[in-house]
Amino acid sequence: MKKLINAPDAVVDEALDGMAAAHPGLIKVVRNPNYVIRADAPVRGKVAVISGGGSGHEPMHGGFVGRGMLDAACPGAVFTSPTPDQMLEATKAVDGGAGVLHIVKNYTGDVMNFEMAADLAKAEGIDVESVVINDDVAVKDSTWTAGRRGVATTVLAEKICGAAAEAGRKLADVTALCRKVNDNGRTMGMALTACTVPHAGKPSFTLAEDEMEIGIGIHGEPGRQRVKIEPADRIVEMLMTPVIEDLPFKAGDDVLLFVNGMGGTPLVELYVLYRKAHEIAEKHGLRVVRNLVGSYITSLEMAGTSITLLKMDADMVSLWDAPVVTPALRWGA
Amino acid sequence: MPDVLDIALLTSWIDRTAAVLEREKAYLTELDAPIGDSDHGMNMARGFAAANAKLGATPPGDVGALFKTVGMALISTVGGAAGPLYGTLFVQAGVKSAGKASLDLAGWRDCLAAGLAGIVQRGKAEPGDKTMVDALTPAVAALDGGGLSAALAASAEAAEQGMKATIPLVARKGRASYLGERSAGHQDPGATSSWMLLKALAETAA
Repeated sequence: MKKLINAPDAVVDEALDGMAAAHPGLIKVVRNPNYVIRADAPVRGKVAVISGGGSGHEPMHGGFVGRGMLDAACPGAVFTSPTPDQMLEATKAVDGGAGVLHIVKNYTGDVMNFEMAADLAKAEGIDVESVVINDDVAVKDSTWTAGRRGVATTVLAEKICGAAAEAGRKLADVTALCRKVNDNGRTMGMALTACTVPHAGKPSFTLAEDEMEIGIGIHGEPGRQRVKIEPADRIVEMLMTPVIEDLPFKAGDDVLLFVNGMGGTPLVELYVLYRKAHEIAEKHGLRVVRNLVGSYITSLEMAGTSITLLKMDADMVSLWDAPVVTPALRWGA
Repeated sequence: MPDVLDIALLTSWIDRTAAVLEREKAYLTELDAPIGDSDHGMNMARGFAAANAKLGATPPGDVGALFKTVGMALISTVGGAAGPLYGTLFVQAGVKSAGKASLDLAGWRDCLAAGLAGIVQRGKAEPGDKTMVDALTPAVAALDGGGLSAALAASAEAAEQGMKATIPLVARKGRASYLGERSAGHQDPGATSSWMLLKALAETAA
């Protein structure tokens, strides 16, 4: 293992120290239990939006804390969901009296820990709603699995719901909007390489020089299918086709097209992918009204990508365009 | 050979479990790598070290308090799916044993059965889904009388059989379920840590 770290045990803590030092005007890092909150939290009378999950997906979620997006993020150990006391304390810290929305990715550990935290927060009299994001079309049959994973649509839900909360919408409305984003977002990912969890010291799986994994999640877990590598255009087709067919996205739909890097793929390659994904979307008659290209929900140093389509209405588009001021996403302000 | 599980014995069980998990964390993580996310060993070792430290800092007054202390420590330090699940096991066992100074075999069986029921409720797994439930279910069933030490040994052995029986199974719960057929051929790490817990108890009470 070759990593820019001091010790596996120190990675998450030292990264949080670094975030605090880099963005003092935007966020505050609270310790024991660990969470990141926006510098001006709690915002009186505003619905607070919280997310969390294992570390190793940066900038998600801590990088999305700030005005117009998340009020708090709870980082777990690398690829390990955070614990209920983190979410409980974060919920209390950001509650401005208008309630708190928990945005949870559908992974067994995340769901259970957030459920326990929501129960505890409700017992303390805080109005908490939870939405579980499950946008990964690679997981087909939910009867025999833990259900579709929550992946890149999470980033879009955090932005759009954060904007809605900032605009003063009520908890019930922000919650309904989050469900709508989840219902209209679909993602599929792939990997060229595995990644190494610092504590494990070696890659979670191995891929030969000429192989790739199709249908990966975001935790260095293998996907559904291992196949020979193909040119980028063909890979984009392999991801876009199941995404489009799943909702299904239809001619005339307004969409946001999100090409995400898994951590080890350079931007130049993401644009190669975006070019083809945009072309396929237009060929299907989809109108790409917004887009996002970059590494926003990652799997440590894994090389690979995920492609997300979100069907948008005018409300979602205007919330997407609303100002956001976070370490990782910033516009309009 | 003890007749009952008292606070001293249960405290040394947790101590032994913490030592076993620290020793075996690389092995558990190795089991977790192909079908999970390479964190089970580290998380379990961290959790039981914390539980052990808490028991040392504030010795519990009864068995129920002991189990609750362990459960809350696991919930707040393990993370992942294992934290809520093992935490629930101990918290539910603590509810069953509230106020008790010790447990006889029937008392322990009630605790483990309540813990298993809590896990099933939270994790919604059934036997055969390739999870810790596959080790714990036969372990509860094996606690059906005889001397305490012998019954705990039989329970640990049943857990081991259940753990080994997870190898050919296709996972239906947790992160391994995303692999589909490819999860077959791997021993479930959660079933393995469950076996380690029960084996440590049998050894402590031998």
